Amino acid sequence: MPDAVVATAVALHADRPGGLLPLLHEIQDRLGYVPPESVAPIAKAMRLSQAEVYGVIGFYHHFRQSPPGRHVLRICLAEACQSMGSKQLLEHARRTTGIDLHETTADGALSLEPVYCLGNCACSPAVLVDNDLIGRVDEQRLDAIVDQCRRTA
Amino acid sequence: MTTRIFVACDSCALSVGAQAVVEAIVAEAARRATPIELVRTGSRGLLWLEPLVEVQTMDGRVAYGPVRVQDVGALFASDFLQGGRHALGHGLTERIPYLARQERRTFARVGLVDPLSLDDYLRHGGYLGLRRALTLAPAAAVQTLVDSGLRGRGGAAFPTGIKWQTVLGEKSPTKYVVCNADEGDSGTFSDRMIMEGDPFVLIEGMTIAGIAVGAEQGYVYVRSEYPYAERTLAKSIELARAAGYLGADVAGSGKRFDLEVRRGAGAYICGEETSLLESLEGKRGMVRFRPPLPAVQGLFGKPTVLNNVISFATVPTIFADGAQTYRDYGMGRSRGTLPFQLAGNIRHGGLVEKAFGLTLRELLYEFGGGSASGRPIRAVQVGGPLGAYVPASQFDTPLDYEAFAAMGAMIGHGGVVAFDDRTDLAQMARFAMEFCAIESCGKCTPCRIGSTRGVEVIDRILARQDPQGNVALLRDLCDTMTAGSLCALGGMAPFPVMSVLHHFPEDFGLEPASTLKSA
Repeated sequence: MPDAVVATAVALHADRPGGLLPLLHEIQDRLGYVPPESVAPIAKAMRLSQAEVYGVIGFYHHFRQSPPGRHVLRICLAEACQSMGSKQLLEHARRTTGIDLHETTADGALSLEPVYCLGNCACSPAVLVDNDLIGRVDEQRLDAIVDQCRRTA
Repeated sequence: MTTRIFVACDSCALSVGAQAVVEAIVAEAARRATPIELVRTGSRGLLWLEPLVEVQTMDGRVAYGPVRVQDVGALFASDFLQGGRHALGHGLTERIPYLARQERRTFARVGLVDPLSLDDYLRHGGYLGLRRALTLAPAAAVQTLVDSGLRGRGGAAFPTGIKWQTVLGEKSPTKYVVCNADEGDSGTFSDRMIMEGDPFVLIEGMTIAGIAVGAEQGYVYVRSEYPYAERTLAKSIELARAAGYLGADVAGSGKRFDLEVRRGAGAYICGEETSLLESLEGKRGMVRFRPPLPAVQGLFGKPTVLNNVISFATVPTIFADGAQTYRDYGMGRSRGTLPFQLAGNIRHGGLVEKAFGLTLRELLYEFGGGSASGRPIRAVQVGGPLGAYVPASQFDTPLDYEAFAAMGAMIGHGGVVAFDDRTDLAQMARFAMEFCAIESCGKCTPCRIGSTRGVEVIDRILARQDPQGNVALLRDLCDTMTAGSLCALGGMAPFPVMSVLHHFPEDFGLEPASTLKSA
C-alpha cells in the first residue's frame, strides 16, 4: 500500500516544476506521514540526493516521518490565542490526555501538535482537528473534541 | 414567496458552528413548510457575531447573531424571515455601525457574494478592472498602479507599482506572477477572508499583473494551515478557467495567463519572499541573499512579480475605479485603505477596512469595543509576531506606515492583537525569541543562534541573575540581530522584545526609571 502511494505520487508530481512539495503532500495526505523508505525512490525519480529529499522533509513542520494517531489535534499557540488563554488550554490538554506536544496517546487515537496561527484570531483560542477548524475553544469544548477523537476511527 | 437567507461558509463562521445552524434552519423551514433559499457567502467580518444569519427583506439584509442551533426555533417564532424582532437581531446589516463606518474597497464584495459564483462576481463589478487593463499598453497599466500609491500589503510596504515596473523592464521570455498567501502572522486573517470570501478578485488581480508585465504563469502559495482557503481558491481557478478568464485566451484578449495553487508546509519563514520562492521550487525554505531581487531573478531564476494577497486583491478596484480614486484615501505616503484585523482579547473582533490615518484608539474602542475580558487593554501587538508591543500611551498614533516606523513599531499586514492587564509581557517578549528560534531557517547566525541565546538571557533576567548586566547583554544581542540578520525574521524579532523592555520594564522586574535612563 505505501509503495503504491509513493509510486502514484512520483508519477503525478516528480516532473512538475518544483514538484517535491506537492509530491510529499500527496504521500502525507494519503498515509498520514512520509515513510522513510519513500526517500530513496523520490530521490531517484527527481534526480536529487537522498540528503536533499530528507532535508526538505525535515525542514517543514507539517511533514511527519512517523505515523500520527487516528486524529491530529493542533492547538494554536500564537500571540492572539495566547491572549485568550491557549497556553492554559494546552496545559488542560496535557493533563487530560496524558501526552505532551508531538506525542500520540497510547490508544493511537490522538496526536497533539502545536500550530502558530490558524487565521481565526478573532475567535481565539482556536484549534485544528484534522482539517476542521474550531474557534472559541474552552476546556469543556476541548474535552468534547478529545472524547470525539477517542470514539471515532 | 421564497425568502433568501445568507450564512457564511468562511472557515471562521464554520469554526463556531455555522454548518449546524444552517442545517437547523433548513430542517425548521421544512417542518413549517416555509420555502427558503440558503445562500452561502464569505464572512461580513463582524466575527464576534458569527454564526451570523442574514435574511433578505424589502429594505435590505437583516442580521441575527451569534446564532446557536437552539436559537433557530425562536427565530422562526419571531418571524425573522420578515425581519422580525428578536434578542439576537441587529437590524439592517449595512447599518450596523461597525460595517457602516468602514471604507470597503478591497473587501467590497466579501460577505455579499457567493464566493464560488462567477455570475455573482460579475454582477458586483467583477472583471471591470481587467477589461480596463486590457485597453492599456503594458507601461500605462503599470503606471496606473504606480499612480495609485499602493504599497505592499504583506507588511514591507514597498511600492507595488515600482516592483511591476522592474519586472516589466526585464528582457526575459519567461516571467512569473507569484502570490504570497502564507499568512503566518498571528492576528491576521484578511488574506484568508479574501481567498474564502471573494477568490475571483485575487485571480483577477494576478491576471492583470500577468498581462501588465508579460507573464503567462502564476502561482498562489497558500499555507497548509488554510485547508478551506486552498479548496475555495482551487475551485474558483477551475471556474475562471472554464469561463475563459484564465488560459490561452484570457477574456478574449488573445493573451495567455494561468494559475496554480501550491500548498506550503507549516514554515513561518516561507512568508518571507525569497524563502517562499525556494519553497515553490521544491526546496528547503532557506532565505536568499539579495540582490538579485525577485523582480529580476525570482522563481526558477526568472523575473517575478511577488505580492501579497491583499495587494493583488486591491488591483482590480484600482483599475476599475481609477488610480486617483484609490489614492484619495489615506494620509501622507500611506495611500488607500487597509483591511485591519482586530484580534485577540477584543470584544468585537473582526475585519475593519479603513483609510490609513485612523488611530489605534478608534480601532480598539470605537470598533473593537474594548477587551473581551472587560479589563483594561494593557498593550497591543501590531503587525504580527515581529511587531512591537504598543502601550496605551501610544494609542493615539495614527495608523500610517511612517508614524508607526517613527516609534519603532510597524503596521505590517494590519493585524492588531489586544492583551489585557493580566498579561505578563516579559513572557510575550520571551515568546518572540522562542518563536524566532523555532521558525528560523538557520541560514544566518544572528537569527539562528541569537534567538536561542535571547531566550536564555531573558530567562536569566527573570531569574534575577545580574539583571542590569543581562539587560545590557540583551540589548546588545538585539542590536546584533537587527543589524546582522539576512531577513526580517531575525532582523525584527528584537522589536517586540525591545518594546517590552522600553515600555513595560516592570514585567522584567526592573525599575521603570533606571531602564529608561539606560535606554
